[in-house]
Amino acid sequence: MDAMLSFQTVYTMWLREMLRFKRAKSRIVGSLATPLFFLIILGTAMGSSYNIENYKEFMAPGIIAMVLLFSSIFGGISVMWDREFGFLKEILIAPVNRFCIALGKAFGGVTTAMIQGVLLMIIANIIGVHYKSLLGMLLSIPIMFIIGIGFISLGIALASKIESHEGFQMVMSFLTMPLVLLSGAFFPLSKLPDWLRIAVHLNPLTYGVEALRFTLIGESEISIVVCLVVLTSFAITTTAIGGWLFGRMEV
Amino acid sequence: MWVDVNAIVTNQITKSFNGFIAVNEIDISVKEGELFGLLGPNGAGKTTLINLLSTMTRPTSGTGTVNGFDVVHDSASVRAVIGVVFQSSTLDEQLTGLENLDLHGRLYGLSASLRKKRIDEVLDLVELSHKSKILVKTYSGGMIRRLEIARGLMHHPKVLFLDEPTLGLDPQTRLHIWDYIRRLNREEGITIVLTTHYMEEADNLCDRIAIIDNGRVVALDTPEKLKSALGGDVIILTLDTPEDAKKFSRVCKETGYVSISTKDQTVYISVKKSEEAVPEVFRTAFTSGTNIRSITMRKSTLDDIFIHYTGRGIRDELVDDITYMKYKLQTKRR
Repeated sequence: MDAMLSFQTVYTMWLREMLRFKRAKSRIVGSLATPLFFLIILGTAMGSSYNIENYKEFMAPGIIAMVLLFSSIFGGISVMWDREFGFLKEILIAPVNRFCIALGKAFGGVTTAMIQGVLLMIIANIIGVHYKSLLGMLLSIPIMFIIGIGFISLGIALASKIESHEGFQMVMSFLTMPLVLLSGAFFPLSKLPDWLRIAVHLNPLTYGVEALRFTLIGESEISIVVCLVVLTSFAITTTAIGGWLFGRMEV
Repeated sequence: MWVDVNAIVTNQITKSFNGFIAVNEIDISVKEGELFGLLGPNGAGKTTLINLLSTMTRPTSGTGTVNGFDVVHDSASVRAVIGVVFQSSTLDEQLTGLENLDLHGRLYGLSASLRKKRIDEVLDLVELSHKSKILVKTYSGGMIRRLEIARGLMHHPKVLFLDEPTLGLDPQTRLHIWDYIRRLNREEGITIVLTTHYMEEADNLCDRIAIIDNGRVVALDTPEKLKSALGGDVIILTLDTPEDAKKFSRVCKETGYVSISTKDQTVYISVKKSEEAVPEVFRTAFTSGTNIRSITMRKSTLDDIFIHYTGRGIRDELVDDITYMKYKLQTKRR
């Protein structure tokens, strides 16, 4: 019975995110424009200027990972808006387990992020990015899930602690941009100076980018096993922290 | 078997924030089916008391029970039997009224058929059935408050907390909300605890009122008894200067009036029957050499009670509601 109730709570919160997504559909699809510009313009320009073969293919998994990161962190941070607009009180006063609420919120956000990731993957394919196989494309979807859960829970954890818009701006400029730039989304990992290589390897998103590279174009500099272990550990850790901080929150 | 008929009991319940005592050793008990009012100015501790009873914050010391469940040790059980309508909206404005109610029903474990039935019932009660499929962000303030009340009722709570249910609403909508509150209490037998800083609201709605000031209960009784304790009438005198008013109130106290208070150059005197008391007041003024500029008489109101117990009017320290709401919004944003 308890398990049933917990499931119901997770499902309810997921459902709410989906209802909101349904209304914001056009905005969310529209938000794919920027990454596509990156891919088309930067991908083509870099490839031809520096004579790199298949730079677009190299870049596509990075861009997909970037979209997942933005969408996930944003989804987690939206707890802050729930607090701002009061809905958080409605959830926190319900006789339900708060960890389940955080989990439902995470699943809802990750669903949105995955829809964006998959759409981008398909659109990129249509405009000329070649993937290794259809199976690879399908295997990318669970990887997107793990990446998404990790960062959305990070967002929830941050939102549970941050109480202001200024804080949100700080997160966006001091967390997400460095994570993207230090992820190897745009450059190979092999020829980096030491300080940069260390930073890149400490970044969980790097392993997401590499894992997607493995499934989509069949090449990765970090082994897929290492990627999956790191991504899964990251997701479990942030979910535990995010759920815990969310549970302790007072409105 | 002895049956506990108290829906809410608090025992020396206290909450302090960084040394500031918001709720100070409050003892109240609310009977089942009662419409109970917490009356006091903003910042008196009403909302904090509601937050304590609805398990949103934990008491610093003391205890409280709702429907027999301890608010600290059995908070989940408390949450299951209460409905809360907070001061500011807690609806998801991106969703429709119907969706808001449905999600609420799901969170409280209502089955699909029960949800459907209850949604129809509560929407009907607050007359929002025709608006249920539009987004809440297009609702007016009064509609939002009604939908919140409806949502608070979805899961058949035993106790409903209403924090400033008519704050910022126009007079007509306020009357409407009063009507819903009365019906809920009479027809569905729900115990209701509401906070307000509107005298008329407490006077019109509540079976009993606790007047709260600086985190303490300064008076607790039915509106009628609270009013009659002072005598039925008030005589209001305007004198030349505030000093005159203070001096005259001292003289009156020596003469033996029950309650006297002053504000600027005005003196309020509570009496049983003003017709009989006026000549005497004049005599007192004459013998003490006080010049009376004007004199008014009226039935005593809860305002007078408030002045009597706290030494000042409930509205004295109040900016108007809109300024207050703006302030609330700003502090929330920070």
